[in-house]
Amino acid sequence: MSPASEKGERAIERADFEITFDGRPVGVTAGQTVGAALVAAGIRSWRRTRMTGRPRGLFCGIGVCFDCLITVNDRPGLRACLVEARQGDVVRSDDPHRDGAGP
Amino acid sequence: MTSGTYDTGTYDTGTYVTGTYDMAVVGAGPAGLAAAITAAAAGRAVALVDAGPRPGGQYFRHRAADPGRRPRLDGVTYLPGHRVWQVEPGFVVHALAGTGGTAGTGGAGGADERPVEIRAAMLVLAPGAYDRSLPFPGWDLPGVLTAGAAQALVKGSGVAAGARTVVAGTGPFLLPVATELAATGSTVAGVFEANRPYGFAAALARQPARLAEGARYTAALGRARIPYLMGRAVVAAHGDGAHGDGAVTAVTVARLDDDWHPVGGTERTIECDSVAVGYGFTPQLELPLQLGCATEVAADGNLVVVVDAAQRTSVPGVYAAGEVTGIGGAQLAMVEGELAAHAAHAALGHGAPLASKRVRGLLARRRRLRDFAAALRAAYAVRPGWTSWLRDDTLICRCEEVPYARLAAAVGLGATEPRAVKLLSRAGMGWCQGRVCGYPTAMITAAATGRPPGAAELRSLARRPIAQPIRLGDLAGGADPADPAGFASGELRKRGRV
Repeated sequence: MSPASEKGERAIERADFEITFDGRPVGVTAGQTVGAALVAAGIRSWRRTRMTGRPRGLFCGIGVCFDCLITVNDRPGLRACLVEARQGDVVRSDDPHRDGAGP
Repeated sequence: MTSGTYDTGTYDTGTYVTGTYDMAVVGAGPAGLAAAITAAAAGRAVALVDAGPRPGGQYFRHRAADPGRRPRLDGVTYLPGHRVWQVEPGFVVHALAGTGGTAGTGGAGGADERPVEIRAAMLVLAPGAYDRSLPFPGWDLPGVLTAGAAQALVKGSGVAAGARTVVAGTGPFLLPVATELAATGSTVAGVFEANRPYGFAAALARQPARLAEGARYTAALGRARIPYLMGRAVVAAHGDGAHGDGAVTAVTVARLDDDWHPVGGTERTIECDSVAVGYGFTPQLELPLQLGCATEVAADGNLVVVVDAAQRTSVPGVYAAGEVTGIGGAQLAMVEGELAAHAAHAALGHGAPLASKRVRGLLARRRRLRDFAAALRAAYAVRPGWTSWLRDDTLICRCEEVPYARLAAAVGLGATEPRAVKLLSRAGMGWCQGRVCGYPTAMITAAATGRPPGAAELRSLARRPIAQPIRLGDLAGGADPADPAGFASGELRKRGRV
């Protein structure tokens, strides 16, 4: 088992509720942002850059850098560091080539 | 209190327009909170407008589940989840209102946002600051975060950035970041302070409270067995692209000379799964620049808003407080916010007289805290040798993926100003609008031309006519007509009773 999924299982045991990330369950403590819940589950990147496909996740953590863009409940281009996770949120890694991606 | 009277706004082609407040305070960090609370206590109708879901800004950040620590905002019309994208003279604060902290995307930007105009006679700008970053090879690997991001994860969500974290950069902020990471369960492999701030001890000795704070952090570092090493920096981060998720797996730390050139032969590799790195802070200048407030270059290389003794900017009716007037920390920000509110209150007239003894005390405190901030800026300045950490393929602009070589080529083509380098290289033209790479771009240009950037050059990088990403429909004024009635039926009013 990878360290990330071990972390994920521990996080789910402690969690108040769950969201899904690309179909797999992720535990959330109430009040956590989507980005924080992913980091707590050992998931560090959820986007690839447009030109060279570099993996990206949280960087500035406060909504300034737009590195952590993510899709929540079919709404693309949200900043994972700002969006508070809600029970049942369906979170998907962002595909920069899909129409409508971007803030 | 007066707030109820002033939020009986109306709709104008889909935009919610408030009545006219005496004061609009933008930003609910230490400076904005102090300003709003002071103005409300003086009997003024004040709107506190903030992008975040909860009051406190970055400094008083706390978890949603921790309401007991929220500041009291009696008499203040508090508008959370309001992203201010433009301020017009007069004053009209244009914001996009999300569903706030209660339901979700507060400040994140989403389709459920509605346009709001907040009208006010006086304006107090307290937008704060964000981490100042210096690029180095591998700084864009997942797991490498700003020091502020690591702190926001801990304070806002109770999450450590990783299991084994390296903390690096410059400034006293690295200490609470390291100790709180350790308290949240991360092993902190070390704090690498690029400066050698020995001369700072004299300034610290004149500030007993800060001295005690420093001693507490030193003790906490010791208890957690966290090494604190000066004159060292993370000069590269390494990932494992072939296996795993491509995130950081190790960093190279090197000893620096006084100009921050790495000393050959001192490099060592430290394994880690996370890096928290910060080289001070950059003021958020979009709104003051939109309004035409005068700015100048501070000793730390930041562009800052010029204010007089009463926190007045060069634009009548506009006050500025906190980090936008120069990086100085939360204590100074609160003093400046309170002073700005007292001054705006006096300027509005027909109010209760100023508590002059209180104001005199504030002025004296501000002087002491500014002296201390100046000493901090001198001790923890960014030294020019950091550009020697860069390689040709090191990204400077993360958004547009512009490597150092392309900026160097722009300089080679004859660009001598940061804006020309930006236009030729596309550095700073992506989603973040140069917020992250503006400072490094200016410094790289300066290193090539041998001339530090002037205020006009820094303004050209910091000017963003639209302070927040918005939908084209909102810019055109044709607002989203979806369910305006739901908003009219008292959502704003409800929030005013926080």
